Amino acid sequence: MSFVATPQFMHFAEPLPLQSGASVRDYTLAYETYGELNADRSNAVLICHALNASHHVAGVYADQPRSEGWWDNMVGPGKSVDTNRWFVIGVNNLGSCFGSTGPMHRNPDTGEVYGADFPVVTVEDWVDAQARLLDRLGVQRLAAVMGGSLGGMQALSWTLRYPHRVGHAVVVASAPNLNAENIAFNEVARRAIVTDPDFHGGHFYRHGVVPKRGLRIARMIGHITYLSDDVMNEKFGRSLREAVGQASADPYRYTTQDIEFQIESYLRYQGDKFSEYFDANTYLLITRALDYFDPARHHGGDLAQALAATQARFLLVSFTTDWRFSPARSREIMGALLRNRREVTYAEIDAPHGHDAFLLDDPRYLSLVRSYFERIDRSETS
Amino acid sequence: MSDLSVIRLLAELVPEGSRVLDLGCGDGALLDYLQRHRGCSGYGVELDDRNVLACVQRGVQVLQLNLDQGLSLFEDQSFDVVLQIDTLQHLRNAETMLRETARVGRQGIVAFPNFAHWPNRWSVVRGRMPVTRRLPYQWYDTPNIRVGTYADFEVLAHKNQLQITESFGIQDDRVVRWWPNARASTAVFRLQHR
Repeated sequence: MSFVATPQFMHFAEPLPLQSGASVRDYTLAYETYGELNADRSNAVLICHALNASHHVAGVYADQPRSEGWWDNMVGPGKSVDTNRWFVIGVNNLGSCFGSTGPMHRNPDTGEVYGADFPVVTVEDWVDAQARLLDRLGVQRLAAVMGGSLGGMQALSWTLRYPHRVGHAVVVASAPNLNAENIAFNEVARRAIVTDPDFHGGHFYRHGVVPKRGLRIARMIGHITYLSDDVMNEKFGRSLREAVGQASADPYRYTTQDIEFQIESYLRYQGDKFSEYFDANTYLLITRALDYFDPARHHGGDLAQALAATQARFLLVSFTTDWRFSPARSREIMGALLRNRREVTYAEIDAPHGHDAFLLDDPRYLSLVRSYFERIDRSETS
Repeated sequence: MSDLSVIRLLAELVPEGSRVLDLGCGDGALLDYLQRHRGCSGYGVELDDRNVLACVQRGVQVLQLNLDQGLSLFEDQSFDVVLQIDTLQHLRNAETMLRETARVGRQGIVAFPNFAHWPNRWSVVRGRMPVTRRLPYQWYDTPNIRVGTYADFEVLAHKNQLQITESFGIQDDRVVRWWPNARASTAVFRLQHR
């Protein structure tokens, strides 16, 4: 049983200018904090979330016993990111669907629900919004900013947009940009949503429906890419959902539409669950933010030149079987930091779980992060 | 080879304030010493998970990479000193890595077990592979995929146009300059491009 977390909300009346040139006039950010900000305000750690997570990083909600935060195994009292020592902040990003202003909220300019009209937001926009929240919380400097996958991109972006405000960046299972294959997977997911008849061009709220079919398929394809071939085979293999008759009898049902294989059952379950709580427009927005992230873009594709602006020290972590954000992508970030003579530690964890590994309990991974944070403790407070 | 006395001997070869790349840095003890006592900075490269963790615990910057995949991530002459301490004997591409060491660093420092140390020779004369304090493994169960001698390394360095600027043996934590090929269990070379 974890500690009790309480979501909080901060309203911002001043417009947030976005990378696209548009702006969000008035918005609210949902966030949570754990631990205490110390007297000299030197122990703040920002945790950035990935595609389908939120500000609820750790702990449980008082009235919901099974509501652990998405990184509860990493963050908490006595854990790798020890909230007895650190003041940890989780923020739900703009455009998401867990409490911060997003497509399901009203556009103050029109009085209508945003829907598809919610402006396209980028990793940089999220980082700017997070920085404003930190201003309000009285946090000028982060001892560390940390995130996995898309969250790692935000951590990297922090070191570029606010280099003087970041002591350390912990970038886990991430990449300096998406490759074509990754954009392709995102596009398949988006097409599944957009072509769902219940999508209504993104204005499904006013029709009182949800494009659940599209969301389910988007989640199914996402799930396939988060796992490794080995883990999928080990977990499901070719096993069937229910054996029909005796072992000697033919177990196939000879249907094309029923669930027969366990993997089908698993993916459908994940898809169903996801479509119950996730917003379709948010899915489109967040996958687009992933596609757009590319700090080398303004430097002729030269990542080393782009990362020249960083001042932070880095911990980069990748997982050997992660093919969605492969170790080679983390090594690109490492190489660019080396060329800039930045302080960097890189660990490549030999874990079988694919991209999902960054959320799982691997003792090598958790103790590495723990040791690194103990080192941050020594460097940031000495 | 992480005894403090040996670390001190090797550290003396590294100029104060050097930017160092330590290939196969183990638990980071040498880099840690160089940072603390000689004002050096830099990175270790290590493959083993436990060693990587030990480096992080010590506050040594470590990069978990397989040296058999080369050093292409590192730019020419981007380090003052590249160390290969007890690493060479584990490498599949030992000659390439020697050249890479000289490419990436202005100087290279290489240390490895000298197979021509007299107890080893004596063992082979008796018809058996040596098992010693310095080479403690049975022939069928050793991580050392290369065995070479002090004299062999001089030939290899010459073949690769590398100039040996200093060399000696280490035996019982002491420098051996007279006949190191027979009298020392460890060979140490400092080298640079000709």
